[in-house]
Amino acid sequence: MALADIGQRPGLLLAAAVTLHVGLISAQVTTSSGRTIFHTVVFGGFSEGQRGASTVVGGVRNVWDSYFALRDVRAENEALRAELNALQVQLQAERSRAERADAYRSLLQLRARVPLETTGAEVIAAGVSPEFRTVTIDKGGSDGVAADMAVVAPSGVVGRVTQPSARASLVQLIVDRNAAAGAVIERTRVQGIVVGVGDGSLRMDFAPATGDVVAGDVVVTSGIDGLYPEGFILGTVERVARGDGLYHEIAVRPAVDFSRLEDVLVVLQRHAPAVEGVK
Amino acid sequence: MRALGTLAALAVAVLAQSASGGFEWRGAPTVDLVLVVVVYVALTGGPVAGLAAGTLGGLVQDALSTGILGMGGLAKTVVGFLAGRFGTQFIVTATVPRIVTFAAATAAHAVLFMGAYALLGLRSFPDPMTAVAIQAAGNGLAGVVCFQLSEWLPRAIERRRATRGMRVSR
Repeated sequence: MALADIGQRPGLLLAAAVTLHVGLISAQVTTSSGRTIFHTVVFGGFSEGQRGASTVVGGVRNVWDSYFALRDVRAENEALRAELNALQVQLQAERSRAERADAYRSLLQLRARVPLETTGAEVIAAGVSPEFRTVTIDKGGSDGVAADMAVVAPSGVVGRVTQPSARASLVQLIVDRNAAAGAVIERTRVQGIVVGVGDGSLRMDFAPATGDVVAGDVVVTSGIDGLYPEGFILGTVERVARGDGLYHEIAVRPAVDFSRLEDVLVVLQRHAPAVEGVK
Repeated sequence: MRALGTLAALAVAVLAQSASGGFEWRGAPTVDLVLVVVVYVALTGGPVAGLAAGTLGGLVQDALSTGILGMGGLAKTVVGFLAGRFGTQFIVTATVPRIVTFAAATAAHAVLFMGAYALLGLRSFPDPMTAVAIQAAGNGLAGVVCFQLSEWLPRAIERRRATRGMRVSR
């Protein structure tokens, strides 16, 4: 814009002159804070500009961090989640293998401890009827399994084989209402018969009322029934009550957790009934 | 040429103002000769001339006083511009309109000048109305005198030249 043109624009000139004067005044007049108005205005103006710029930059950065940058994060998150799922599956598999290994170790220890011929079997199915507590194992007649053979687990007595087939067998659990086993209180040798109640618990019948039985006593097989070898744990006395005068009423908690039963041992040889005191 | 005349007028006004002690009456300045020159230049030369004269005259006044540099400049700049605008919009040739114009310009200048000082809390003005009224009257008279002089002086010079020429021819 030429100088002559500026002369034709008095308004512009006035604005320039006023601005010049205001700037001049501002550079001299001090505010209550001791700073000149010029400094205050310039600083205030720039600080507001900086605040605005900071707000804009912050907003842009926020948008970037919240959206654009998160696009990669989302993909990474999905990849990590998939990896986590895979690792969780792998962990469960490893834990399962470890549990199986522990179970096998226990079975091997039991097998070494029991002076009987046994074979390991895996539970492949649970009972089909809730009225009958049974499981199916993967060993049958071809493996030497026969009816009335005892089935045990590391933690105690499981039951007996009731229906063997060539490659599988049906096992009646000791907690079935029709199951029974000769039993003895390990601590005091008080004898009786442990029967299944049908609700997952056991009851010990025919234990003399004169016998010393208290809660917490361990109940083991006596071996007099000709089915179960002597000395296998049936359970623990949970409650003892006075019966009809002749026998205790004893509630027994099974030693085996039948809900987690996976591997068992089948005692392949039948044995003669043991007679307490004669043996 | 006109710019030089303006500069000379401003210089004379400043010198006269300082030499007269502000033409005070009861402690208050009765006339602001620089403002009179600014308004005169604005009425005769337009808003740009008034603006320039106001800026220059005001700044010089501020520089020679103990006030804030720019306060008088700002007031006179705006007044010069407005007076120039007024002069281009209205015919101000009669004596009374000229007095009114100078008085109004004085009032506007006082409002701007005192208002700026009061706004910044730098100075108080006791009884400003009386002072402004006295100065408006003084500036009005001074302005009219300026116009009369500016109109009479060229004619007087012309007449004197003509008279001298006639004597030589005889």
